[in-house]
Amino acid sequence: MNPKLTDLEAPAKNVGKARAHVSQNEGLIFEQSAPGKRGMELPPLDVPAVDPAKALGSEFTRDAIEGFPEVSEIEVIRHFTRLSTWNYAIDLGMYPLGSCTMKYNPRVNEFVARLDGLASEHPEQPAEVSQGCLRILHDLQKCLLSITGMDAATLQPAAGAQGELTGLLMIRAYLESQGNPRHKVLIPDSAHGTNPASVVIAGYEVQNIKSNSRGQIDTDHLREFVTGDVAALMLTNPSTLGVFEERIAEIAAILHERGALLYMDGANMNALAGVTRPGDFGVDVMHLNLHKTFSTPHGGGGPGAGPVLAKKILEPFLPIPVVVQKPDGTYTLDHNRPKSVGRVRAFAGNFGVLLRALAYTLAYGPGIRQATEDAVLNANYIRKNLEPYFDLPYNLPSMHEVVFSDARQKVRGVNTMDIAKRLIDYGFHPYTTAFPLIVPGAMMIEPTESESKQECDLFIDAMRSIAAEADATPDLVKTAPHATRVGRLDEVAAARKPILRWKSA
Amino acid sequence: MRYLPKSPSERQEMLAAIGTRSIEELFTSIPEKFRLRAPLDLPGPLSEAEIIQYFQTRAAENSRGYVSFLGAGVYQHLRSVAADALLQRGEFLTSYTPYQAEFAQGTLTAIFEFQTLMCQITGQEVANASMYDGSTALTEAVLMAERLTSRRHVLVARSVHPEYRQVLHTYAKNLGLEIEEIGYTASGQIDRAALKPDTLARAAAVVVQSPNFFGVLEEIPALAETAHASGALLVSAITEAVSLGIVRPPAEADIVAMEGQAFGIPPSYGGPYVGVIATREKFVRQMPGRLAGQTTDAAGNRGFVLTLATREQHIRREKATSNICTNEALYALAATIHLCLIGKEGLREQALQNLAKARFAQSELEKIPGVRRVFSGPTFNEFSLEFPRSVKMINAELLKEKIIGPFALGMQYPEHTKRAVICVTETTPRAEIERFAAAVRRILERPV
Repeated sequence: MNPKLTDLEAPAKNVGKARAHVSQNEGLIFEQSAPGKRGMELPPLDVPAVDPAKALGSEFTRDAIEGFPEVSEIEVIRHFTRLSTWNYAIDLGMYPLGSCTMKYNPRVNEFVARLDGLASEHPEQPAEVSQGCLRILHDLQKCLLSITGMDAATLQPAAGAQGELTGLLMIRAYLESQGNPRHKVLIPDSAHGTNPASVVIAGYEVQNIKSNSRGQIDTDHLREFVTGDVAALMLTNPSTLGVFEERIAEIAAILHERGALLYMDGANMNALAGVTRPGDFGVDVMHLNLHKTFSTPHGGGGPGAGPVLAKKILEPFLPIPVVVQKPDGTYTLDHNRPKSVGRVRAFAGNFGVLLRALAYTLAYGPGIRQATEDAVLNANYIRKNLEPYFDLPYNLPSMHEVVFSDARQKVRGVNTMDIAKRLIDYGFHPYTTAFPLIVPGAMMIEPTESESKQECDLFIDAMRSIAAEADATPDLVKTAPHATRVGRLDEVAAARKPILRWKSA
Repeated sequence: MRYLPKSPSERQEMLAAIGTRSIEELFTSIPEKFRLRAPLDLPGPLSEAEIIQYFQTRAAENSRGYVSFLGAGVYQHLRSVAADALLQRGEFLTSYTPYQAEFAQGTLTAIFEFQTLMCQITGQEVANASMYDGSTALTEAVLMAERLTSRRHVLVARSVHPEYRQVLHTYAKNLGLEIEEIGYTASGQIDRAALKPDTLARAAAVVVQSPNFFGVLEEIPALAETAHASGALLVSAITEAVSLGIVRPPAEADIVAMEGQAFGIPPSYGGPYVGVIATREKFVRQMPGRLAGQTTDAAGNRGFVLTLATREQHIRREKATSNICTNEALYALAATIHLCLIGKEGLREQALQNLAKARFAQSELEKIPGVRRVFSGPTFNEFSLEFPRSVKMINAELLKEKIIGPFALGMQYPEHTKRAVICVTETTPRAEIERFAAAVRRILERPV
């Protein structure tokens, strides 16, 4: 049936930097399957075939998997290409997610990670034929130690949260070696949710501490809390408000006087690299998120890598194995470390992520400071331009991110999530909503250094325009997004009656 | 710097708009004494060509041109160009965790497909959106079993991957979990006689791996029956996922912890890979990690969202089921694309080729005087052999012939000196298997 001209809508209109266009419909891959199709062929078997029922016994074998896809290569290419067009990505534009540091992921890093001789290497192969891999790990360690001002490193943790756990386990092992592991770890109310969750796995009790009216650690308050039973304070610096803890030296001193240690969540290291070093301001142990500060691709949720950097006193407790350089200049994995906390992950860590982070660091060298400066410049530029339109709950100097709240729009019934969803229509990914928890209706914006002045200006224009819409046509904002393939999805229904897999009709 | 999109005058313009004279003013909240005065001691900056040069030099220092008979949890399998090309689409590669569902339907749909494939493969009812890797998936599966049973004793087969057990010990140590290791019999399977009813009655779970570290398949239905009779759960680990192309899935297990590296993901010296947890529907609320679920919008369009988030750390903080946040989404996607390409028949054919090649290699090696099979149980693409001389010596000699020899068991299992686990996959050509067997024969014939 031919559509009548009147059925066709007029060409889509521009909304800021965006204009809606056709996107392909696409079912699930299982719905395209038909017996006999395949998308990959194997070279012929060059040894005698074996009957699995005879070789293994029929009680150990299965038939072909029911409902498993049978599709051709072109169908797979189209399927996933169509799916990909339903995503937003850094490659399409600014990703202002606060605390997530969504920066450009250099393509050369993808290229080198795939080189034959790197991607092909087996983690259990002998050190004699792994010198290249080990050197990459060792070189990255040296770079990260230089950037953080710490003394010892492990690259094994698979992500930031596992880095947190590793650091806490090292603190615990160190305190145990001093005679008493203690019971509590202090966590400010502005912290990431992973912090308290990691504390529990390390066998500690979480003691939440309130931030002061400036969103910072109240040092008088802290003094009361730091008893002989406190193992550590886990501190994000800059805080999740994007503000540097001005009394950091005093905080470290309070802890150290009572034999407790300072853990730094390095999620916000993008504000500090090349400008200041945690090792200089009293941090004993910290982790880095290589998929944030060090540009490794987020890939829709991972992989990450969460190296842990520590002061000398914690070195004996690093997870095994540790990459070391021998006196003859060659590299090896040292497993013989009796005080080690053990292993937190099989093998040497997310090597493919680690090597991308090294490629990133080598690209900048000492010039990494310029990236930090640009990230802070962008955040402050956006803050300055949006301050007249949005409530700024903590009027403190911003570093790499700025946290507004929806207080002004709320009077019109428009909340942070509505504004975030409306940003989608303007061609931007939403900022971080509802975090940090100390800001009701938080709007947490982190542009990173990867955004040009033009892209920042477009974002500012979009936010101002949405502020005006929230005033004049609040329903337009409250029902956003309007230009996506699907409208707001029913999350309540999804959780009440979970459908977590496809089933044949 | 090529990654930074600002000209010097634009920087000045932006500073002026902010109302500051210099960039330093934006950093004054950092106490002066902590602000670096000198540039960091770092190599670089390097151009793109120099970066490629550095990594090509490193690659040449590794095992290029060697053939390997290592498995032990990481497997060299076929990968396709199409899968890698799709994986490098920026819309997948450079996308964030799909919390904003309307703008991330691509990733969410693919996760839903991944969860479905993992259920089909493992014979379980529900699978999560991925864990870091197989080792942490197994640990999280054990912690999940502890929550489900409120028991703190765990019985772990010694034939579970040694590094997986090490990770479990690291996590368990401070959580008051008692781990008891259970030996194996002459078949290479877990010693069921050592699973005593009184111990089982205190146990949260019996933990096995199949195929296990020696390459031997475990009898999952019987083990499940034994565990269930005493109210314990059965946790089954899988490191060689391709086996499930022909091997009966652990459908009777309560929780499956799998490493998905075998599904088209390169070894890459240890990661990134993709861990999987699959379980029964009734256990889903104790499951760690993200989950994608199907739902609709107001117009009735099908869509997908991250769901049951009240299990997770960003909502529940210290009461969460796990501290996991970032997972391995990109490699879950890689496995999904790979499995769609290889498909129903291809996965079966691949598994059959592994079985046939491993049997061929085993018979070639067993022809060598003094070389004998260690365990009698059924094996897939790995098998344990005993040699008349030290594996360390044999492997050192093999290396001179550009052969990376099998995994020597002696370090992890002192009772198994002179024994090794050999792995052969569909990627090992017959000629290389024959060259390997000939080399081993020659080495063993040399006078001591």
